[in-house]
Amino acid sequence: MTGRTSARAILIWAVLAVAVGAPIAAAASSEQLAWRGPVYILAGFAGIVALGLVLVQPLLVGGYMPGFSGYRGRRAHHWIGGALALAIVIHVAGLWITSPPDMIDALTFASPTPFSPFGVIAMWAIFIVALLALLRRRLGLRPRTWRFLHMPLAIVIVAGSVVHCLLIEGTMETISKAALCALVLAATVKVMIDLQVWRKRRALRGESIARQ
Amino acid sequence: MAIVALNRRNLLAAGGSVLATGMLAAGTSGLLLPARADGLAPTESMSGGANNYRKGAAIVDRIGKGGFWMSGTVRRAGDGAPLAGQRIQIWAHTVEGQEHEPQSHGATLTDKDGRFRLEMPQIIPIFGQPHGHLAYDSGEFKTVFLRPVMRSPKDTSLEAHFVLQPT
Repeated sequence: MTGRTSARAILIWAVLAVAVGAPIAAAASSEQLAWRGPVYILAGFAGIVALGLVLVQPLLVGGYMPGFSGYRGRRAHHWIGGALALAIVIHVAGLWITSPPDMIDALTFASPTPFSPFGVIAMWAIFIVALLALLRRRLGLRPRTWRFLHMPLAIVIVAGSVVHCLLIEGTMETISKAALCALVLAATVKVMIDLQVWRKRRALRGESIARQ
Repeated sequence: MAIVALNRRNLLAAGGSVLATGMLAAGTSGLLLPARADGLAPTESMSGGANNYRKGAAIVDRIGKGGFWMSGTVRRAGDGAPLAGQRIQIWAHTVEGQEHEPQSHGATLTDKDGRFRLEMPQIIPIFGQPHGHLAYDSGEFKTVFLRPVMRSPKDTSLEAHFVLQPT
């Protein structure tokens, strides 16, 4: 039984490593890199890493990652959330340095590129979640309130990131990109179903009383 | 075939070709039917068209080592008459430099038929889209900035058309 469990654990980690690693490796071998400066390259990869972290988030909070169930999974979810916000800062700052007018257009929703508003909306959703998570205790947010705020924002982050990424013609290879996006959507749908996030659960109320 | 089917460019190409057909039809009807060209509307600047513009790029025979062709026409709003000797400035992120760099910029003049054509280095995708920039900014007509997008980063030519309005 333990043999099968560890084999399953290895398989899950291997799938995650390939799902995140393959798009990064494919992008790293893109011929486009030859024509880009180091800051632009860094900004692009920060974006790809951010998408990988968006996949990790539902897997952690759903307790699907072997070795990260329950409390450890939620704890890692917090740290990865912080890393995601940092990756987005690097992504946006790097693009700003590369071409200030294009980045300003994107941030002001005046960009001609159809993917920009999706990315910018996802960015703000990530920053809002990160800020709320930091202030959660200070604001005295109950688990139910937190979930009520976090779930719609999580959906915005996932949908925005996936559309943003799919519409971009850049260094990412088409199939590894589409596969990563599909996994992000699948993981998000699964965790939302498994945790029944749309239900007012008695268990949650119990949890909040226990914390107080 | 499965790889081709999964390529989103093919999906976009369908929509793009519909658009292009529509634009082509609109363009040719203006040329073929002078009576209707009477109300030829001026080209509006495209959003983001002026990004990384450097005013006063020199008129050149070719930008850099070439290999890619930017071409188009310049006509007058209203009657659609071709405008000769108009200066069109062109720049893009190419294999020889980024958009803002001086060597990525150049200008050319239209011929007697209002056509222009300038060889430049291969354009590559920047900020998620393979695109070029063109400007008419000489004062006689209202300034127009265009930002045409290539249907594929592998394309080796791109067109943009100006209909200018006297100032």
